[in-house]
Amino acid sequence: MDFIEQMPLLGAAMTATRIWTFGFVTITFMIYLYIGWKSRVTESGEFYVAGQGVPAIANGAATAADWMSAASFISMAGLISGLGSDGSVFLLGWTGGYVLLAMLLAPYLRKFGQYTVPDFVAKRYYSETARIVAAVCAVFISITYVAGQMRGVGIVFARFLEVETWQGVVLGMIIVGVFAVLGGMKGITWTQVVQFFVLIAAFLIPTFALSGMLTDSSVPQIGFTTGDIAEKVNLIQEDLGFSSYTQPFTNYDMANVFFIMFALMAGTAGLPHVIVRFYTVANVRAARYSAFWALLFICLLYTSAPVLAMFARYSILNTLEGARIGEVTKSDDDVSYIPVYRVDEEGKEVPIQWVDTWQKTGLITIDDKNKDGILSLKNVDGNFDEVKIDKDILVLATPEIAQLSPWVVAIVATGGLAAALSTAAGLLLVISSSMAHDLYVHFFEPNASEPRRLFIARIMIIGAILVAGYFGIAPPGFIGEVVAFAFGLAAASFFPIIFLGIFDKRMNRQGATSGMIVGILFTAIYIILCRSDRVLGFDEPLMTPWFQGSSWIPNGLRPEGVGAIGLALNFIVAITISRLTPPPPPEVQDLVESVRVPRGSHAPEAHFDETDAEADNP
Amino acid sequence: MSSPPPSSRPEPKVAYWRQNLMVISVLLTIWAFVAFGCSIFFIEWLNQFQIGNLPLGFWFAQQGSMYVFLVLILVYALVMDYLDRKHDVKE
Repeated sequence: MDFIEQMPLLGAAMTATRIWTFGFVTITFMIYLYIGWKSRVTESGEFYVAGQGVPAIANGAATAADWMSAASFISMAGLISGLGSDGSVFLLGWTGGYVLLAMLLAPYLRKFGQYTVPDFVAKRYYSETARIVAAVCAVFISITYVAGQMRGVGIVFARFLEVETWQGVVLGMIIVGVFAVLGGMKGITWTQVVQFFVLIAAFLIPTFALSGMLTDSSVPQIGFTTGDIAEKVNLIQEDLGFSSYTQPFTNYDMANVFFIMFALMAGTAGLPHVIVRFYTVANVRAARYSAFWALLFICLLYTSAPVLAMFARYSILNTLEGARIGEVTKSDDDVSYIPVYRVDEEGKEVPIQWVDTWQKTGLITIDDKNKDGILSLKNVDGNFDEVKIDKDILVLATPEIAQLSPWVVAIVATGGLAAALSTAAGLLLVISSSMAHDLYVHFFEPNASEPRRLFIARIMIIGAILVAGYFGIAPPGFIGEVVAFAFGLAAASFFPIIFLGIFDKRMNRQGATSGMIVGILFTAIYIILCRSDRVLGFDEPLMTPWFQGSSWIPNGLRPEGVGAIGLALNFIVAITISRLTPPPPPEVQDLVESVRVPRGSHAPEAHFDETDAEADNP
Repeated sequence: MSSPPPSSRPEPKVAYWRQNLMVISVLLTIWAFVAFGCSIFFIEWLNQFQIGNLPLGFWFAQQGSMYVFLVLILVYALVMDYLDRKHDVKE
């Protein structure tokens, strides 16, 4: 009976959300397509580095959108909500890297100019082998990353427009395809600027609303500090047998927090799709300010995410613990779910609708183990006893949890799409530039004409979109693991050799190459062996993490943090080998001198080609 | 001061570079102290103090450090503007 009475209501709410979502998604996608069309390009310089005329603040917004992926937007708050205090490894790991980027890499790479990170590696280490290694790393890092983004797009579409995941992925591929293929970096940049505003509005609206509801300030950062939610969450957590939310080192031990945070920081600074954004600004000074704007825009989301995480944890614990569980029910479209009710002050049973909605997607499962008809969230091995909630739904479900209007739910979905699409576009451009510029044109058609180069870049970007789409539709089991892999590799390979290339004039080809190889191999092998059950499909990992049971790192060195060790090995090997072998040739030492000084970076309108690095003065 | 022609060796800007390195070292020391010190190594000690209704170490780990990162990058950009002008290497 209950069910029949509620259906019209439930149906109406769902339809309103669907209409709003459809409206927002259509409008924003039209804008993205329009920008892609308006900024279509006819030159490689515009295709790869947007003609190097992007203003610092716009580049900051574009970098923020580029950098904040579906993982930041959709998954991070959920992760932090589960990890409590230790969730700061993601917050600080992913923002602290910008300090390294701003002071140690970005300004000098901008002075160097050119199109890609492998360009710098090849010139600085006077080695075409180094170019190939760097290009292959860039492609590998970006492909694994982009596959996850396409998956995110598919899931958001599937949930909010109620299409199949593969249809969602295909729609996403078409949209990214149009603005990336036509406009290259120029189209991507201006689309990302718009996408930033969409995604940040989508994230902040429910966070502000929730903060206003739960504390006396609607500014989440203030409500977080002055409100009493922390105490309340800590109390409920302890009642249910969880450790207190604000207590550190309950999920990761201190040594692992340190290693993971450091690996994420250096990885952030070494990721090619972020670095390449600093090639697009007008000069060195703009590169510095652009790093500031990027971090400011990123912090709007990153300082709000822990607040959302804690507020959502509170709402979930507060709403679901002790809720009544109904009988298994079938919805309109024949999906079964178990309705849950909250008893209000007048003793009336109020359905908790968001739980039903998400059960239909399989991302929440309820199991009344003791058959007492009451939901229990007691701690059993770190999980809730009678309900499983997928961490990825937290941000998307928050507006529903807080019972905000359907248009807010819709705008959050639109924001999730903007986050995933903007990152996907940036990564696709890195893949295309590495394949087309660093590998194909450089080695096979060095004298290719301008239209021919653009043609090849566009073919490569289409190829990359197809590969990404394939992985989005049929994701291999290890995508989640490979994100850690991408960061570890970037931290252990790109970061040290770019850093040494600028700060150590004596660093030579032999040192850099051996350092890079040792760093990558060590990191890759450790991750693969520790995660061979997921990555290679073995029944059990081939290796247990090192130092397990030691007093300083009792749980063993987690594979997410091993990039920090790979980075240290890279530095040690590179410096040792370089001092035992001849110094780099004088023209390379001159190149290092020249990147250290801002004057003489290319003017935005200056045309430049492969040989411009030496002839660096206007 | 005019730029040298492309063929000649660039003239090393030793003083400019040394001051740049000093600025970076100071700022990165603060960065490391806040990110690894306040948010990891001393977090439990800091948690005995409160900021608003939050334990101080927890606040550093989830809010405060990020504000410090932002200020560090801004200070770097401003100081480098000054050094660029002082050493006449500005574009």
